[in-house]
Amino acid sequence: MAKAMEIEVNGKHYAVSYPADTPLLDVLRDELSLTGTKYGCGEGQCGACTVLIGGAPKRSCQIPVSAAVAKPVTTIEGLEKEAKLHPVQQAFLDAGAFQCAFCTSGMLMSSVGLLQKNANPKREEIVHSLQGNICRCGTHPRIIEAVQHAAKMMQERGR
Amino acid sequence: MSTMKERFAPEPERYEFSAAPMHQFELARRDFFKVLGAGIAVFVVAKDALPAQETAAGSRSFHNEELPKEITSWLHVGEDGVVTGFTGKAEMGQNIRTSISQTIADELRVPFESVRLVLADTTLTPFDAGTFGSRTTPTMTPQFRRVAEAARNLLIGVAAKEWNVAPEGLVAADAKVTDPTSKRSLSYAELARGKTLAQNLPAEDPITSASEWKIAGKPLPKVDGRAFVTGRHQYTSDIRLDGMLYGKVLRPPSFGATLTSYDDTAAKAMTGVTVVRDGDFIAVAAPSAHEAQKALDAIHTQWKEVPQVPSKEIFSHLKKNAEPSSNERFRRQKGSLEEGLAAAAHRVDATYNVAYIAHAPLEPRAAVAQWTDGKLTVWTGTQRPFANRDELASVFHIPESNVRVIVPDTGAAYGGKHTSDAAIEAARLARATGKPVKVVWTREEEFTWAYFRPAGVIEVSSGVTGDGKLTAWEFHNYHSGMSGIETPYDVANQLTQYHQVPLVLRSGSYRGLAATANHFARETHMDALARVAKMDSLEFRLKNLSDVRMRAVLEAAAESCGWPRKKTQEGQGFGLACGAEKGSYVATCAEVAVDRASGSVRVVRVVEAFECGAIVNPDGLRNQVVGAIIQGLGGALFEAVEFENGHIKNPHFSAYRVPRFRDVPEIEAVLLDRKDLPSAGAGETPIMTIAPAVGNALFDATGIRLNNLPLVPNGLRAA
Repeated sequence: MAKAMEIEVNGKHYAVSYPADTPLLDVLRDELSLTGTKYGCGEGQCGACTVLIGGAPKRSCQIPVSAAVAKPVTTIEGLEKEAKLHPVQQAFLDAGAFQCAFCTSGMLMSSVGLLQKNANPKREEIVHSLQGNICRCGTHPRIIEAVQHAAKMMQERGR
Repeated sequence: MSTMKERFAPEPERYEFSAAPMHQFELARRDFFKVLGAGIAVFVVAKDALPAQETAAGSRSFHNEELPKEITSWLHVGEDGVVTGFTGKAEMGQNIRTSISQTIADELRVPFESVRLVLADTTLTPFDAGTFGSRTTPTMTPQFRRVAEAARNLLIGVAAKEWNVAPEGLVAADAKVTDPTSKRSLSYAELARGKTLAQNLPAEDPITSASEWKIAGKPLPKVDGRAFVTGRHQYTSDIRLDGMLYGKVLRPPSFGATLTSYDDTAAKAMTGVTVVRDGDFIAVAAPSAHEAQKALDAIHTQWKEVPQVPSKEIFSHLKKNAEPSSNERFRRQKGSLEEGLAAAAHRVDATYNVAYIAHAPLEPRAAVAQWTDGKLTVWTGTQRPFANRDELASVFHIPESNVRVIVPDTGAAYGGKHTSDAAIEAARLARATGKPVKVVWTREEEFTWAYFRPAGVIEVSSGVTGDGKLTAWEFHNYHSGMSGIETPYDVANQLTQYHQVPLVLRSGSYRGLAATANHFARETHMDALARVAKMDSLEFRLKNLSDVRMRAVLEAAAESCGWPRKKTQEGQGFGLACGAEKGSYVATCAEVAVDRASGSVRVVRVVEAFECGAIVNPDGLRNQVVGAIIQGLGGALFEAVEFENGHIKNPHFSAYRVPRFRDVPEIEAVLLDRKDLPSAGAGETPIMTIAPAVGNALFDATGIRLNNLPLVPNGLRAA
């Protein structure tokens, strides 16, 4: 029996019994019951499974769980702090930037990743950062609007 | 037995509807107040069913009595003041949970927040044929108005009795009944306490006119929005039951392949793995998805494959294989085409081809099935929960009353989730293992084994006078369907016909059905006719159009986009298209930019005017309209399913291109609110005219007429 791996998700440590080559997505959803992160394609093409690993947005369907050991993972469930929504979540809510909302978790995580390294992105930079995230309902304009709004909120808060 | 069933006549292109569903209201033999708690309940009974099922007038208890089977929606006011609406419709992102709640709150005079909806649960909600055809708003808005109004009157009646006054002078507002004379008031919660009052009423038109709406008509945010931005909402694929196994299905290598050898020894030897082979169905269940996949990979099979039509030859195949049709339903004719063509100064004939496309909802098909004491419960993202229930009952030879299908708010469908595939697979595995089983299709399965929007060939012949009056219009659609097939333009001489062709790929409904194909052909053709008549394409359309609602959207779109637009740079082009379907009207103006050197095509700006009667929620409507434009851009520009010998050649997002952020133009949705007209649905019509508007703009930019969808899968040079 292989030694259990340990991963850190949203500040909590979890022992993982799934094999080391299991996609992080399956471990999050099936073993840790963190189902906010979605399966959309399993091929790294749609972005629904995006999480932050060491602060950078990654496709969790393409990352073996072993590669997430010793790196802090943040999922959609980790954005809300003390019942207060992250500004990006709040901005999506305010803008009504979802329809079926199945892409929303991935959109949020990609946006949080972008705003962490670029506090005031231009529209083209937002488009570039979200190009790998598919929304089939066609809510793109509002998602861009929400990211811009979130950037503003975060800058005001930071001041 | 059922008038609803008889009224339900699906469009011929809903190929996935093999049969109309049987139905029965499950709460019929129950004391539903036991289920819901005491309070006040009102039911809408389908109009035609009422005479045969008239029950005693006025309020009465339903204890131990049968409910009429033709109930279509109902409402309960609980002792805690919570108002619950029940309908068999499903939420898939079209935002009906919000819009219906608004309607109920508005008519019952309660805060929006006190309304909740139970949707698409075959045990709790009335029968519903399915969530398709833009039917939710036009049917459910008036029905919930009626139940809410009746519930309000019941509550007023209870208060009148309590105070021993006449009900006429009492006022219902803010979830309470007030007596303006004595200033007394009782909340709905207090009035409902200890009561088991219920009333039936026929479905009729709404009573509060849209101009007096207070909560409906407002841009309220999506109900439960917080659950979606926090990841807490549980879609079907997120459900996890105790002891649940993960199921995977072994798919044949191609359509129509037959099994020639089979060996599951290795898979069966794996710990915790169950292999099921039942006829052609081969599947496994295991404690985790990766174990299930490993087991599936360990099953050795060989198949005999059969040669089949490739996508390259599909259009000639469809034309050649059309069935001789004597079905008058498929043919509309008036005047004389010969005379019409003889009177024409110009004649334009053209053929249009429309490729198969996939719905590709981001949440693939999924189901969780659980058997308990011979009864089956299935959670699944379907647009037709009752049809799923009936199919499950039939497949497993159990009564419908032993099957419950529940639809969690779903990761979209777009017409693509009408069938029961994942539900049956999960239920089959659950029965074999004696444990709950979840089946979630992979993206490749979704792109291969779901059904597609059918391909089609459309032939148009037409004539126009020198001053731009249409004289003849002949329109034949092969295979894709009849929706939106009839021209809205004034033509004295016309023939319109839909020709059935045996299925090549598994096909079925897609947002808007064939209206997208038919509008593409018609509106492209109208543009070509305007050119030969040397007229501006807006002027040409208006000259041949007397439908005032259509003229209104066309003029609104033209005004907002500044039609006629002067080209200010190389490669720029503008195009127009309009249409009407399912009681709503749309007109689209598109601007494109073509780089002739590289062949790259960019849609720069889209203005779309849309009118669907009285708007229930302008915010949700805007999302639907903008969403339809963006989704429609995929089918317009580059989406196409490629296939050969029963293999889908591009079953991945890397090979099947859908619209992404970079493809999204500047979009302006102009919503015309007609408070004097009943609310029509809005899920489909806004997708119909983007393709012809873009195609016409590309012609304007380049002089190249593109008659096939997708227009530019490889850019303009290669097209």
